[in-house]
Amino acid sequence: MNKNFIRKIVSAVAAAAILLPLAACGSGGGESSSSSSAQSSQPSGGEFVFGMQTQPDHLDPFLATTADTRSILFNLFEGLVKPDKDGNLIPAVAESCTMSDDALSYTFKIRKGIKFHNGKDVTAEDVKYSLDTAAGLSGGKALVADLTNMKSVEINDASTVTLHLKQADYEFLPYLTCAIIPKDYKEQDTHPIGTGPFEFESYTPQQSLVLKKNPDYWQKDLPKLDKVTFKLETDSNALLMDLQGGSVDGASIANNVASQVGKGFQLIQSNSNSVQLLGLNNAKKPFDNVKVRQAVSYAISPDEIISTVNDGKAVRAGTPVIPGLKKYFDSGLTHAYDQNTEKAKQLLSEAGYANGFAMTITVPSNYTVHVDTAQVIVSELKKAGITAQIKQVDFATWLSETYTQRNYEATIISVDGTTLSPRSYLGRYVSGASNNFVNYKSGEFDSVYKQAENEPSEDKRVQLYKQAQEILSKDAASVYIQDIANLNVLKDGLSGFTPYPLYVFDASVIQRTK
Amino acid sequence: MKFYLKKLLTLLLTMVLVSLMAFAAFNLIPGDPAQLILGTQATPAALAELHQKLGLDKSMPERYAGWLWSLLHGDMGTSLQYSRPVAELIGSRLPVTAALALLALLMIFTVSVPVGVLTAQKRGTPLGRLLDSVTMLNISMPGFFLGILFIWVFGLVLRFFSPGGYVSWEDDPAGFLRYMIFPSLAVALPNIAVSSKFLRSALVEESHADYVRTAVSKGLSRHIILYRHMLKNALIPFLTLSGMMVAEIFSGSILIEQVFGIPGVGRLLISSILSRDFPLLESLVVYIAFLVVLANFAADLLLQAADPRIRVKP
Repeated sequence: MNKNFIRKIVSAVAAAAILLPLAACGSGGGESSSSSSAQSSQPSGGEFVFGMQTQPDHLDPFLATTADTRSILFNLFEGLVKPDKDGNLIPAVAESCTMSDDALSYTFKIRKGIKFHNGKDVTAEDVKYSLDTAAGLSGGKALVADLTNMKSVEINDASTVTLHLKQADYEFLPYLTCAIIPKDYKEQDTHPIGTGPFEFESYTPQQSLVLKKNPDYWQKDLPKLDKVTFKLETDSNALLMDLQGGSVDGASIANNVASQVGKGFQLIQSNSNSVQLLGLNNAKKPFDNVKVRQAVSYAISPDEIISTVNDGKAVRAGTPVIPGLKKYFDSGLTHAYDQNTEKAKQLLSEAGYANGFAMTITVPSNYTVHVDTAQVIVSELKKAGITAQIKQVDFATWLSETYTQRNYEATIISVDGTTLSPRSYLGRYVSGASNNFVNYKSGEFDSVYKQAENEPSEDKRVQLYKQAQEILSKDAASVYIQDIANLNVLKDGLSGFTPYPLYVFDASVIQRTK
Repeated sequence: MKFYLKKLLTLLLTMVLVSLMAFAAFNLIPGDPAQLILGTQATPAALAELHQKLGLDKSMPERYAGWLWSLLHGDMGTSLQYSRPVAELIGSRLPVTAALALLALLMIFTVSVPVGVLTAQKRGTPLGRLLDSVTMLNISMPGFFLGILFIWVFGLVLRFFSPGGYVSWEDDPAGFLRYMIFPSLAVALPNIAVSSKFLRSALVEESHADYVRTAVSKGLSRHIILYRHMLKNALIPFLTLSGMMVAEIFSGSILIEQVFGIPGVGRLLISSILSRDFPLLESLVVYIAFLVVLANFAADLLLQAADPRIRVKP
């Protein structure tokens, strides 16, 4: 992998090095690595209002946790590296990166001329300060859990820093998307400052978060727009009304209202990059029996759920890794449990439940899609002799009772990852993991996962991660149903919406064509 | 004086009791604000730290006492969800809700009295029956439903305002009114119906009273009897109703703000419940309790002034 890894970085750096001077000369023809549009010569600018259903929890990038907040902050902050639309990492605040052979240290060269939104140059001190703060190396606690393997950050010279790790990690780069912020700046939570394509303008809780163009952004042809407003709405129906009434130009909407959007809009379908699963509590009877879990898996038809609940707008999963993470996703497992009611019944009787059993599926009531899925599952389980009932709880209750206290039999939720690493999705199945809410325990899985973590060769590592997915599938740790489509609506006359294999909304590439 | 002092004490006691009950209730239902803030990516260490930071590691009585103590010192605390001072959050929303409530009240008083009188006068006639049915229709349609109807007709079809949009008073007074008029109407209509129906029956009841018969036998004109005598008496119970109505207008506007997407106190309240944002929720509950008690108090005073026969027993 070593070679591949370096090659990826080198080629991205080379591309940026070639493109930047071009853009600086004012040709405007250089297409940035994350821009998907070829219309960059067209004048754009203008304002854009995007409707969102949830509220940002924090504006400080180290405190923000919800997927929607990360999605917004993606436009304000950048790490040493940043993800692109294809799931690669491209240099951002850093212009190059080298990993030591033993994978114990990573050296970054800071991009020349890159500035924070307050106009100050990014220095090695800023980088050290940011990483130390995030990893809890400057006295405080670690704010970004993924960085706990960091030992120290060393400043080599004004534009070079080296990161030292406690343990070798060949795959540490995805975590370095962690934001770089100005040293000793204390107002991130009220007036965030980063290096991203947009600058913060204002935030009014429950109303809007306004960003304006960063004129000094290092990708010279970005952003296309002058101003982006995230309008914070209460629910899907309110968003639909906003769209129809014209108070927003685009929105991320739920599957069940997609058909009502009407004329004058483009519907853009992409992956949500989360896997909806029927989580089975492996520590609770009868789900402590692998045969019962397999029987449940055979009883359910993901295709049926996709067509009835999501109008076909979803991708079948089969494993907890998102299909969009193509390199790691084991597509061979998608059909490991095609619906087979007879086989389900047979497995149940082998497990000693010839007459079936009764169970409860706990679902967070605010997610219509999970409630609807539960209804389909109940009718399918019935055919196999299992009587399931649905218990709806509000999300706060779901989080504390179901997710944290693991006090449930079965539940339905979509699980997403925070980085482009397969660990984001598979790490939670390690026996002692604090987020292992399905209580899965397997010595075999633990050892394969550990091996994968420490494997220097990328090819072998991918194989090991796939093997780990096979173990989860064989043990039917849970039923991995689908990656539900993420639907975005844009008013006609706007273009450039770019889906990512991460839950982010990249406003920098959106532009007006009319 | 003693009367006012007693009233003030009752007011304070009610607010403390209401806040205590709200605090207890929201601590009993499951759901941890820190867990909600951190979501599914939370680690136990991060959770513990956030608990400590937000003061959630303390016991419930301790937290309540702490909140009450700060409140007495003029500090409503910091919202867990928005990490901003609660006073600032409520302060920025208060003018919006107040404008909504005032507009609604204005509509209620200017419309329901004439309609009440008219329906009483015209009862039994075709016009009276029509007015009665309209009133019935308005009583049976809840405000939020009217709101949805208004959004559809005036927002989406007639494009009079853009649903979900809002401009502040400072930015554009005319635009502000355009956005507020339909929500206030949605709050006002059911209340107009209730109060005009109330006034109508009060007037009808008065018409059978002895003093009316005396007035008629004295040869006073119907007009003078109605406006000088009957209406004055009929308005007294109507005042009591108004006190209760203020409370209803505020609770009604919670839903209406949600429906129209107006950034008022109501929307803040709903989000504070969903996010288990205790400091914000507590302050809002106390604020609403305060308004309700105050409105009833004001109605009592008005009542006393209007009718000397009513003596509030100490």
